[in-house]
Amino acid sequence: MGAGHAHRLYRHGHSPVHGLPPHTKLAAVFTFVVVVVSTPREAMWAFGLYAVLLGVVARYARVPVGFLLKRLLIEVPFVAFAVLMPFVAEGGRVDVLGLSLSVNGLWGAWNVLAKGTLGVAASVLLASTTELRELLLGLQRLKLPPLLVQIASFMIRYGDVITDEMRRMRIARESRGFEARGVRHWGVLAKSAGALFIRSYERGERVHLAMVSRGYTGTMPVIDEVTATRAQWSYAFALPFAALVVCLLGWFL
Amino acid sequence: MHVPDGFIDAPVSAATGVVAASAIAVSLRGARRELDERTAPLAGLVAAFVFAVQMLNFPVAAGTSGHLLGGALAAILVGPFTGVLCVSVVLLVQGILFADGGLTALGVNITDMAIVTTVASYAVFRLLVKVLPRSRRSMSVASFTAALVSVPAAAVAFTLIYAVGGTTDVSLDKVATAMIGVHVLIGLGEAAITALTVSAVIAVRPDLVYGARGLQQRLKLRVNGVLVDAPASTGARTAPVAARTSRRTLWLTGLATSLVLAGFVSFYASSSPDGLEKVAADHGLDKKAAGHAAADSPLADYGVKDVADARLSGGLAGVIGVGATAVAGSAVFWTVRRRRMREVSPASTAVENV
Amino acid sequence: MTPSLEVAGLAFAYPDGHQALFGVDFGIGRGERVALLGPNGAGKTTLVLHLNGILSGGAGTVTVAGLPVNRRNMAEIRRKVGIVFQDPDDQLFMPTVREDVAFGPAAAGLRGPELEERVDRALAQVGMGAFKDRPPHHLSFGQRRRVAVATVLAMEPEILVLDEPSSNLDPASRRELADILRSLDVTVLMVTHDLPYALELCPRSLILSDGVIAADGPTADLLADDALMRAHRLELPFGFDPRSVTMGA
Repeated sequence: MGAGHAHRLYRHGHSPVHGLPPHTKLAAVFTFVVVVVSTPREAMWAFGLYAVLLGVVARYARVPVGFLLKRLLIEVPFVAFAVLMPFVAEGGRVDVLGLSLSVNGLWGAWNVLAKGTLGVAASVLLASTTELRELLLGLQRLKLPPLLVQIASFMIRYGDVITDEMRRMRIARESRGFEARGVRHWGVLAKSAGALFIRSYERGERVHLAMVSRGYTGTMPVIDEVTATRAQWSYAFALPFAALVVCLLGWFL
Repeated sequence: MHVPDGFIDAPVSAATGVVAASAIAVSLRGARRELDERTAPLAGLVAAFVFAVQMLNFPVAAGTSGHLLGGALAAILVGPFTGVLCVSVVLLVQGILFADGGLTALGVNITDMAIVTTVASYAVFRLLVKVLPRSRRSMSVASFTAALVSVPAAAVAFTLIYAVGGTTDVSLDKVATAMIGVHVLIGLGEAAITALTVSAVIAVRPDLVYGARGLQQRLKLRVNGVLVDAPASTGARTAPVAARTSRRTLWLTGLATSLVLAGFVSFYASSSPDGLEKVAADHGLDKKAAGHAAADSPLADYGVKDVADARLSGGLAGVIGVGATAVAGSAVFWTVRRRRMREVSPASTAVENV
Repeated sequence: MTPSLEVAGLAFAYPDGHQALFGVDFGIGRGERVALLGPNGAGKTTLVLHLNGILSGGAGTVTVAGLPVNRRNMAEIRRKVGIVFQDPDDQLFMPTVREDVAFGPAAAGLRGPELEERVDRALAQVGMGAFKDRPPHHLSFGQRRRVAVATVLAMEPEILVLDEPSSNLDPASRRELADILRSLDVTVLMVTHDLPYALELCPRSLILSDGVIAADGPTADLLADDALMRAHRLELPFGFDPRSVTMGA
């Protein structure tokens, strides 16, 4: 049953990065990604420096490199796309090892790969040093509308219920030799989804009745306040600030 | 369809961010009408479900796969405004936690996967529910069609965003063909799942489906053997009055959206045969979008590429699209009806039917 | 003194047309412990959901400590009527036991040390004080049910409504819960088809059958009436004779 106090992306630890208030981390990661994205793609060295910066943060957070790299795999579909790009893009062409590649395509591939990877890595670092509940509190602190925070917290709570049900149904399907292979099997998947929904819906309703019975009127009562000191803010913003310096250098050099 | 960081340039990312933020602001206001105290957790559940179905990867033709978007389902189950919020939350959490979709691309992702799908599908849904006779069958047909339209609509929106702010130099033609082609197929899968889910929920708990609120009948009470009409304010389990007053707004929104969508679609119907390049497309946007507001199916771009005349091409594709929809719709709807006869407890039978 | 609960002429039909209650009448005095017995599908859960206004809109009235259940009084009613649901997993939805118990009082506006004190007291009442910072889903089923009771006690309710409190409990947990319930100084309505448990804890019982109260009297007398029991599909466990049991406190 999911209270979602921990998630499988989270890596338990007591590093300085773990200890930072969640909203400072959220704001820092977001700023960092914005800075990275606005860096000109020609400044290749800048992206190298960003990677080094993230490496330093990972070291402080005591997140092992292997863990980080494994989590980066989520990017694979885009890597595939990026690899295709030099072949399909328009514009001038160069010959590399006998292949005719588009120059623009190469730049485009590099751009998406570099910025995408850095963005993913930053998010992974955030997720692996911050508990789910903290993230929600952080979002709340950053003035995300309460209704959205509420939907998000319920979503995370029901997420476990649904994945549990989904896993059971998949096992039931596969133990009878079913494997989704093509259009022919859509019907089966669709029916599973319908059943899944009803199961979770009814469960969700029971939970909701219990909440309403305890005086829930649509807003989660705030039990714990999260606050950040000026020192914590500046500590968290060391990363985006360093990145900003790199970015400015990238524009002017 | 999750766009990573750096795929769309900064100005367009920022612009879509503004679009997304204002749409969410509007939805927050609107959701207050849709949500009574019972439905906020249901919205969370819908979000969780959308999250789950987005992980469900569909095998599509030629070794590719795509995932469902869930916007149509959310809109029909909890209402369009809450639907936008649900899918946005899913995308936000995916971005922060799973690094799926870049943080700076959140605006792009929310615009095409949360807003376009929800609004397009709900407009279609509402329209069909108005037109079709009031029954559960119509609900299935309407959900099917709404979901079918929503996915290619999102693909079109994505292509459009790409056309304006794509950082790579892949021709618009290729992107449009690949995106819309694949997503018409995914749309079929989405349609099947949405229709089955919605009709399954309607069969068991019609009171939980926002889109089916009009279906409920007046309560009768039997007190000491005598039939008594229930009081007019029928309490927690029936549609709040607010839902009825907002219908006109919904209608207008729906109409406006269809017009805008039709404009987008006809733009693609005409740009594709000429193989316009990105820059040219940017310039051509205004005058072409105004010219062909008649084309009404996202299939337009896809089906009839070789027909030179843009207007004709749009029309033909529309006809093909409507035909395909009708055939697919009746097929699903027929299966659903047969299924429901046996479905005493949908949770257990559906698994057994596997 | 006003009774804790009064139900008069309560009737209700679900939107799908299924009618569950056909005019329910009963009252419970302050401090009483009453069992609500009835076969599956008798309308027990529907009745419970009316007690704090989750379901409404049918005919009849529910009054809690002199306060009618209606939209205007809803917040007050939900504070006064504490419902413990059958499945503790439905009831416990916060990340830690402490936050879960704090949920109700916090929703009512309590903050700070006052809130902490309320939480500690409720957890002490069910003997779960040591588990304050544990996630609920790491507890045993019996412990979770006790925490579920605490979440409701923290709201200091006028009446405690328990839906099948003994279901899925092993004999030891079952006895522990009975001890806890006996120790509480609060009106209790216990919905159950565990007849020995009803006999052990509740001097008075109601039988709900086909949407009406079919019988109301001392638990021991009702359970001893074979014809009545059979007529309402109530069965005692094999070998259990209510006449041979001496009533507890």
